[in-house]
Amino acid sequence: MKNIQEIFSILKEKLSDFALELTSSQPFEPFITISPLKINEVCLFLRDNEDLKFDSLVCLSGVDDANGKTIKDENGDNKIEGGTLSVYYHLESTKFRHKVVLKVSAARENPEVSSVALIWHHADWHEREAYDLVGIKFLNHPDLRRILMPYDWEAGHPLRKDYKNPEFYQGMKVPY
Amino acid sequence: MAFKTEHMTLNMGPQHPSTHGVLRLELELEGEIIKAVKPHIGYLHRCFEKHAEAMTYPQVIPYTDRMDYLSSIYNEFGYAVAVEKLLGIQVPERVEYIRVIMGELQRIASHLVAIGTYGLDIGAFTPFLFCFIDREKILSLFEMTCGARLLYNYIWVGGLSHDLHPDFIRSAKEFVTYFRPKVKDLNNLLTYNKIFIDRTANVGILPLETAINYGISGPNLRASGFEWDIRKDDTYSVYNKFNFDIPIGKGLQGTVGDCWDRYYVRILEIEESLKIIEQALKQIPEGDVTSAIPKRIKPPVGQVYSRVENPRGELGYFIISNGTPNPFRVKVKGPSFVHLGVMNELCKGHMVADVIAILGSIDIVLGEVDR
Repeated sequence: MKNIQEIFSILKEKLSDFALELTSSQPFEPFITISPLKINEVCLFLRDNEDLKFDSLVCLSGVDDANGKTIKDENGDNKIEGGTLSVYYHLESTKFRHKVVLKVSAARENPEVSSVALIWHHADWHEREAYDLVGIKFLNHPDLRRILMPYDWEAGHPLRKDYKNPEFYQGMKVPY
Repeated sequence: MAFKTEHMTLNMGPQHPSTHGVLRLELELEGEIIKAVKPHIGYLHRCFEKHAEAMTYPQVIPYTDRMDYLSSIYNEFGYAVAVEKLLGIQVPERVEYIRVIMGELQRIASHLVAIGTYGLDIGAFTPFLFCFIDREKILSLFEMTCGARLLYNYIWVGGLSHDLHPDFIRSAKEFVTYFRPKVKDLNNLLTYNKIFIDRTANVGILPLETAINYGISGPNLRASGFEWDIRKDDTYSVYNKFNFDIPIGKGLQGTVGDCWDRYYVRILEIEESLKIIEQALKQIPEGDVTSAIPKRIKPPVGQVYSRVENPRGELGYFIISNGTPNPFRVKVKGPSFVHLGVMNELCKGHMVADVIAILGSIDIVLGEVDR
C-alpha cells in the first residue's frame, strides 16, 4: 500500500515530461494534476505498472470550475468567459488497496480531454455523463453521445454554472 | 439452399414490467441470439446534481432519498458521512448505532424487493408476496421511527432528526426473531427450485476481471467471487465493531458469477445483516442524537470523495465546497448506473428471454440510474 506521495514520486520519475503537480491541502484529499491530453498515457501506466496496479476506476466527475470572467450577454444573461472545466479521477487498486486522485483542467472554450474509456470500461458512461452535463469533449471515446439528457437537447450542458433553461423543447414548455 | 439472414433490432421498453422503471434496451438480434444490447436511459432524469447546487447542505437530503427509492436511508447515510467528512465532525455513538441498524434494515428490505421481483420476472409469483409481507414489517419499523415508509429524511448531517420510538428496540428484536426462519422458507420456495435454477444458473456470467474493469461493486462483484465490502475494506461509522462475514459467489449451481450466484449472495447478505442488527440492538448506548447537529453548515474550501456500501453496491458522493452554505458540486456515483453499463457484456450470445433474467439479477433502480 502506497500513499499519494510515493505514487507521485514514481510518476515523476517514470513520466517526467508530463507536467505533473501534486496539490495537498490538509485535511482534504490531495490530488495530482495532469495535462488533459496526457491523462490516458498516465492512466495506462498507473493501471499496468506492477507496483501500482490501479485496476479500478472508482469515480470520474466532470466539474465546471467557474473561474472565468462573468459577463452579461445581449439578453442580459450571465455568461462565463475563460477559465477551465475539470475532470477528477478517483482510482483504486483492488490488489494493493491504495488510492489516488487525479485532476485535469481544460480550457472552457475548447475542453478537450483524452478518454480513458478503453483503459477502464467503467469510464465509458461516466465520460458520456461528463460530456452530457458539463460539456467536456473526450477525445477517442468510442461512443460519445448524450446519456441522461435527450439526444436532441440543444440548450447546452446543464451543469455549467451559466446554463440557462430553454423556453421550449420540441414544442413543450420547459420551465414549470 | 442457403437463406439470406440479417440482424434485427428490437426495442425492449421503455414501458416494460421487468425493466423495474423506465428503461429502453435496444437489442440487436440474430434470430433469437443477442448480438448487442444498447441501454437508453435518462427517462427519469431530474438533474439532482443541479438541484443540489441551489440548496444548502441539509436541504439536499430529501433529494438524495429520491434517487434510489428502495434504499433511501442508505442514500442519506452516505450523504451525511460525506458532509461530516468535509466538516470534520464526530457524531455521537448512539447516532452511529441507529444509522447502522436502520441501514441494515433497509438492506434487508431492499434485497427482499430484489429477490421478490426477480422471482416475478422469471415467472414465480408466490415468493414475491412472501417477500413483500416481510418488507412491510420493516417499513412499519421505519414508520414507527420517523413517520415515513419510503422517503425518510431521517439521517441528518451530524445526527438524526429525532430519537428512536421507545418501543423500537423491542419491536426490532421481535422482527429479527420472526424473520430468521423466513429465509429458509424462501430458500425452499425459490432458491433451490428446479425451474428457477434452470433459468438462472450458467446465465449471464460475469468474470471477475471484467467486473472490476467495469467498476462493478456490491453483491454483483461479490457474486463474481471477490471478497470486497466497503463496510470492512474501507470501514465507516461503527461497522468495525460487529462480527459479520462477506458472502461471495461460489458457483454452487453453475459457474461463479452467474445470475444464480448474484441472487444467492443477496439471500446470504440478508442473514449477515440480521447478525449486525442483532449485535447493534444489544450494544446500543444511550445518548442525545441531536447534540452534534451543526447550527450552520459552512464547510471549508475543499473536496471529498466518500463512499458507503449501499444494498446495491458502492454509493459514492464527490462533494466540492467553495466555502459557502451551498455545495459547489455534488456528484453521485450510483451503483445502478454503473451496473447497467455492463449489460452488453453480460447479454452477448444469450437468448432474448435471458435478458430479463440478467437485468433482474443485477438489481437496478432506475431512479438512481437517471438521478
